[in-house]
Amino acid sequence: MKILVCISHVPDTTSKINFTNDNTEFDTNGVQFIINPYDEFGLTKAIQLKEAQGGTVTVLNVGDNTTEPTLRKALAIGADDAIRVDAKPSDAYFVAEQIATVVKENEYDLIICGQESIDYNGGQVGGMVAAMLDLPYASPCVGMDIDGSTATVLREIDGGKEKSKMQLPIVIGGKKGLVEEKDLRIPNMRGIMTARTKPLAAREATGAEARTSAVKFEKPAPKADVKLVDNVDDLVNLLHNEAKAI
Amino acid sequence: MAVIVFAESWEGKFKKITHEAVSYAKDVANAEGTDVIAVTVGSIDDDASSLGKFGATEVINVTGDAFGAFNASVWAAALNEVAEAKGAKHFVISGTNNGKMIAPMLSVKANAAYISNAIEVPSNFSPFTVRRSAFSNKGLVDYQTTAEKVIVGIVPNAIGVKEHGGDASASSHASSVAADSKSEVLDVDRVKGKIPLPEADLVVSAGRGMKAPENWNMIEELADVLGAGTACSKPVSDIGWRPHSEHVGQTGIQINPSLYIAIGISGAIQHLAGVSGSKTIVVINNDPEAPFFKAADYGIVGDAFEVVPQLTEALKSFKANQ
Repeated sequence: MKILVCISHVPDTTSKINFTNDNTEFDTNGVQFIINPYDEFGLTKAIQLKEAQGGTVTVLNVGDNTTEPTLRKALAIGADDAIRVDAKPSDAYFVAEQIATVVKENEYDLIICGQESIDYNGGQVGGMVAAMLDLPYASPCVGMDIDGSTATVLREIDGGKEKSKMQLPIVIGGKKGLVEEKDLRIPNMRGIMTARTKPLAAREATGAEARTSAVKFEKPAPKADVKLVDNVDDLVNLLHNEAKAI
Repeated sequence: MAVIVFAESWEGKFKKITHEAVSYAKDVANAEGTDVIAVTVGSIDDDASSLGKFGATEVINVTGDAFGAFNASVWAAALNEVAEAKGAKHFVISGTNNGKMIAPMLSVKANAAYISNAIEVPSNFSPFTVRRSAFSNKGLVDYQTTAEKVIVGIVPNAIGVKEHGGDASASSHASSVAADSKSEVLDVDRVKGKIPLPEADLVVSAGRGMKAPENWNMIEELADVLGAGTACSKPVSDIGWRPHSEHVGQTGIQINPSLYIAIGISGAIQHLAGVSGSKTIVVINNDPEAPFFKAADYGIVGDAFEVVPQLTEALKSFKANQ
């Protein structure tokens, strides 16, 4: 089975978010970048599937060369090879076009994205790739079994779960549940050593054009200090008269 | 022209967030001098014309053999079919679990730009500009597109329902969209008798401070009085005190209720990432240094085992006097 795991290179969850260049860009200064947490669940799932059923795991990122440490980390965790599409990931449509192009060339059986990336929280790429290639899609995917050419996938719906049977190849948008957090793979020393020599190919982007652009960033207004109350009647009163929440 | 809004339903009933999506679509339509067409897919028991109150002029129920169990690709094709027949350029889709699957697929099928996570009505129409949240609510971004067709995905509960008043005509559309032969729903397991968390307007959530799963009675009672959904922190679902479906936070479910009451939750950044879109946050914690107080609007420093039953009683008398 050929598995493609799409990896977003995102600021660490605890990063301070700042904007620069007259609030037209995200300020990457001093920001630690990581593998998108949702993609980490997908990557571990891919490695587990490979170990159980054989096959290959390729990781893919659309980004400039500053994302290579993130791809190397994915290789150290256990992916076999990496592809970097050398372009700024300007919007979801552009990124989806790049992924779809790579999938068409290499005929993967399983394309794993995260349910969203934790930077822009778009949640768009997986669905676009599926529609571009006319493949079944499941997101947020919280469980998956593969038996031959059939996948059984579990996805979250509002207030529950839905189980479907799908014909491979498929695209999923994964999250916790695909594997449990305690089972997430982390790079060990051997993995880090072998990752250095695993193939990481940079390729040019296709000529797709972005459809949307971020023109201005702003930080949400800082929250006013918490109002501490010492009895529940005051709280009910404030919730009703001030916050108008009840 | 017209603005197409996906009128999502569950077991034949419109979801509450559908009303919000329709009234948002009406704001978009008003600004452009056009009308709202609400599109429902599959069987509906609710009175379709009830969406008129929220701003729909027309409600079209798409019918056909393909519309049994949910399939995002098929649903997207149906919306696109209606949009093409009506010459619609704009779509509004609420960011529910189903909506978030439909919208990106529709964007490819309809050749439309897709801006998700919108939290305001578009500020401009030439070029189309709308504000969305990003960086787990730590940033706001104005997104722009010059595309002819645009899909706006809105954050459920972030904008609110507005009654525009009016009547809607109801009709049905026999669709030629084919079923998806590559995907089949086997089973749907939905919590019965509870408000699905993403739809809950009020949420009562508790963490390790509750000390043991049997102490959740008081959390349930408080939620009952408020008509709220119940949620929990990650450690609590990890140790199995509460089901995973209640876990809110970055790796769990992300919610934007109008009121979020956090009891015995310290407020780790990963938890905040899932709840900071809440309009009003109340924190009850016996540790005055709990980081959650910094993100809260109101707080009580105190023992949950004393404060929560008192709050339940106070709310009961408040409700009785309403």
